[in-house]
Amino acid sequence: MNVLVCVKRVPMVGARIILTLDEREVDTRQLGFTVSPHEECAVEEAVRIIEMNGGVASVLTLGPPEAVEQLRDAAAIGATRLVHLVTDGAEWDALSTAEAIVDAVRRDEEENGPYDLILFGNEAPDTGDYQVGVRVAHALARPCVSGVKHLDLAATTVRVRREFRGGDELFELNLPCVIAVKEGINLPRYPSLPGRMRAKKAPVHETAVSGRAAAVRTERLRVPVETRERAEILGTGVDAVPALLALLERLGVLS
Amino acid sequence: MTDATGVLCLVETDDGGVIDASLRALTFARTLADSSGSPLAAVLVGPGEAGLIEALGAFGVRDVHAITSEELRAYSPTRWARALLGVVEATGVDTVVAAGTDRGNEVMAHVGALTGLAMVANCLSATRTGSSVSLSRQRWGGSLIEDAVLESATALLTVAFDGVQAERAAAPSASTVHEHHPALDASDLDVVVTQWTGRSGGISLAEARVVVGGGRGVGSAEGFGAIDELAQLLGAAVGVSRAVTSLGWRPHNQQVGQTGTRISPDLYLVSGISGATQHLAGCQSAKHVVAINTDPDAPIVARADWAVIGDLNEVIPALVTAIRERNA
Repeated sequence: MNVLVCVKRVPMVGARIILTLDEREVDTRQLGFTVSPHEECAVEEAVRIIEMNGGVASVLTLGPPEAVEQLRDAAAIGATRLVHLVTDGAEWDALSTAEAIVDAVRRDEEENGPYDLILFGNEAPDTGDYQVGVRVAHALARPCVSGVKHLDLAATTVRVRREFRGGDELFELNLPCVIAVKEGINLPRYPSLPGRMRAKKAPVHETAVSGRAAAVRTERLRVPVETRERAEILGTGVDAVPALLALLERLGVLS
Repeated sequence: MTDATGVLCLVETDDGGVIDASLRALTFARTLADSSGSPLAAVLVGPGEAGLIEALGAFGVRDVHAITSEELRAYSPTRWARALLGVVEATGVDTVVAAGTDRGNEVMAHVGALTGLAMVANCLSATRTGSSVSLSRQRWGGSLIEDAVLESATALLTVAFDGVQAERAAAPSASTVHEHHPALDASDLDVVVTQWTGRSGGISLAEARVVVGGGRGVGSAEGFGAIDELAQLLGAAVGVSRAVTSLGWRPHNQQVGQTGTRISPDLYLVSGISGATQHLAGCQSAKHVVAINTDPDAPIVARADWAVIGDLNEVIPALVTAIRERNA
């Protein structure tokens, strides 16, 4: 199996997000970086697939030079090949990102043969755009499903399951295909120490890329206005239980 | 097509009629249509039954496009996208809107991929002037809002799941139904739902009126006993934080958050969860929040309407006992 996972470097935001002075970006100076939980699971899934079937688990990111950190994190849990499309750090839109990934996939496939499966996270945590994987699938003329929380690989097909209205809906896709997964498809492992050591030395295939102007122009970012008043403190510890009980009664949730 | 205008909203339905998320999308779409004096149309897959048409009229829909081809009955992202695109081309609308559901986002992403047009997800509001759409959209699951301008002859937008209230039009429209039977070329690329398992038992977290939440503060998988008991007494669903599912204490389908389930209960009784962005993104539309937390400065307390400052492992068992005594 030849599996590719695409990930995006994003800041680890806490409970309050601080903006840059021009209000166009998140101020990341005090923040660490990561990939989305969906993408962590996509990497884990790819590693499990090659552990079961053999093959190569490639991980690709499009981002600034520092994004190599996210590739090494993936290598630390078992990704075997790292691909970095190096940008100057500017934010790319979904169209440019998909185009650059498609170009990279075509180059890779010419050299190493086709990817049986290309995995994405269902949506990026920052932009939440839901579409890079779908655009890549169409450009490569491969079938695609999003929101997947379980997948079963067979020789030429993959059966996938996702949640729909309190139940699960099932799809079957021919390989090669593109799948956007959600957190919950697996529980990612923690990197081992030898894994981390190996990841430090893993070679990275780098290509410099440049994007084109986006159709969407950001004017500014802002923190939503909090209209809520301060919480009413019902009390401390078990002494608050009578007040809590009275509140539940008042809200009509006690039968 | 320069003088063609109009807003077309993809509507999802279930046994109960138009789903809530689509009603919110229709409200968003009507405001956008009104901003440029354009008509509002809706597209749905399936027969345009009278009840549905009336419901859509109440939200200001003038034209309903019902796609009735047999091969579109089962959901298929590519087929639905091609059929939606057919209606867009036939009507010449300049804006297409869908709810920010799994299907809404997926179908619109496929329309974007088929056309090469930009698709903007998680919108809160939008107005059109000429070929520019000024819009606000959620970022970081709603922790930030982005004001942006989309330059596109045809705008593809999905509506933030929990950012818009559904409101009927001031005056209902009399809707005209147009049937479409697109003949779709079968494609090997088409992926079609082969089966839906139906609702699993128990109270669905997404739809629960009351959710009892527990986080890392619960301390262990076994520690959830009291939370489960409280949930049962309240007829509530149990929701947990990402920390809890990552530790394997609870299955992922109980996670409330940006990468879990988005809930909109009347009451979210949440304990042992500090309130990271990831979690708050999943409970923004809770009507009332009661937080039990040892830290009065925790972000979840700031988000709550009421708070108890204390250890949930003492407060919840005491609350369970108090409710049992009341019910006895």
